[in-house]
Amino acid sequence: MLKRVVLVLGFLSTFSTAFAQHETAVATAPEHGTEVAAPLSEKEKSLEEVNAFKQHHILDSHSFNIMVEKKADGTEKHWGFPLPVIFYDKANGLHTMMSSAFDHDQVVESKGGHYKLFHEKILKTDANGTINLDEHHHATNEKVLDFSITKSVLMIIVTALLMLWIFGSMARNYKKSLVPTGVGKIFEPLILFIRDDIAKPNIGPKYKKYMGYLLTVFFFILFLNIFGLMPFGINVTGNIAITFALALITFIITQFTANKNYWQHIFWMPGVPVPMKLIMLPIELLGLFIKPFSLLIRLFANMSAGHLIVMSLIGLIYVFKNVIAGVAFPFLTFVLYLLEVLVAFLQAYIFTMLSAVYFGMANEEHHHEEAHH
Amino acid sequence: MEMPKIIGAGLVVIGTGIGIGKIGAAALEGMARQPEQAGKLQTAMLIAAALVEGVAFAALFAVN
Repeated sequence: MLKRVVLVLGFLSTFSTAFAQHETAVATAPEHGTEVAAPLSEKEKSLEEVNAFKQHHILDSHSFNIMVEKKADGTEKHWGFPLPVIFYDKANGLHTMMSSAFDHDQVVESKGGHYKLFHEKILKTDANGTINLDEHHHATNEKVLDFSITKSVLMIIVTALLMLWIFGSMARNYKKSLVPTGVGKIFEPLILFIRDDIAKPNIGPKYKKYMGYLLTVFFFILFLNIFGLMPFGINVTGNIAITFALALITFIITQFTANKNYWQHIFWMPGVPVPMKLIMLPIELLGLFIKPFSLLIRLFANMSAGHLIVMSLIGLIYVFKNVIAGVAFPFLTFVLYLLEVLVAFLQAYIFTMLSAVYFGMANEEHHHEEAHH
Repeated sequence: MEMPKIIGAGLVVIGTGIGIGKIGAAALEGMARQPEQAGKLQTAMLIAAALVEGVAFAALFAVN
């Protein structure tokens, strides 16, 4: 999906002259104007491998792979554990199994239907597992409704339970005394920050009814971002389906709690001439959908870009395979990792902040017309 | 075609860089003039930067 090859290649071209002594297979200079398809050098092979790994990491998966061990005889051993697969097929009903059934490109037979995992999508196939591809290498097989507990879903459930536990125990503590204990000492300033610096100034006097959502979405995104940076962490907030769901909730809450003024400003902007009103109507309507769309794209792009950059830098060590790269890139990765921690907080903050701004727009009371009289 | 896409991505990054740079510069100037308003300026700066960034990311993903 993401052809970051370009970026890495750009990097490579600047470094390859400096590290040229390690190049074993320097292709003979091709004749001017002709393109020669040179066989893949060692470096390019590593590059392909790094890219494959990155693409795999960014995507959701049906099983939890921790690492892949490459045996001397060329076979691969996957370390990890399978996750439950649940899917619904119109013809054959609901199916449940473990994802290990799909290992090694096996065709799974369940309730009379044959299914196969192809690029992390469950497809309906015939008994031989034939997958029909169109000219863009997309499968044209019938898809099924997939409700599987994939690793993103697993991570969301874990985060939800953790949040219930942390904030539930915090709430119980506050009933006993107003002094925070334990982990509450860390979270109380954050909660107060969201109330005093995000909700109150942006939403106004009606801020209380939005606090539940703002706090939930802030800590949910923050926890998932931080988990994504930990070892075995999963890129959940870098999954467009999840950010889409979050933005959709913000959108729905905004529309359903909006007052008369909000709708008036969208459909019939007061205080401007009628021709302008007609021009502004479609723009405002479009703006209604662009706002949550920018929310979902921002979070998704920031988080997956962060993961890609960190992995690209680690991957470069294996591409160059020399001492300078071995020292420089881990250091660079470390610095970028710190930046990613900042981004993890910043993106959670910005999502919450912009949600609050949109809620504020929906609740604004306008007095400027009276001022003109 | 790969090449126009790469050039497009480069243009997007140049534009975003200029945009966010101007936001940061203006916010810094404002903070230097009115240090007591630094908190408010920072919030406004982050929102504006986030909006610029959002458009840039949308363009970059369209390029992909």
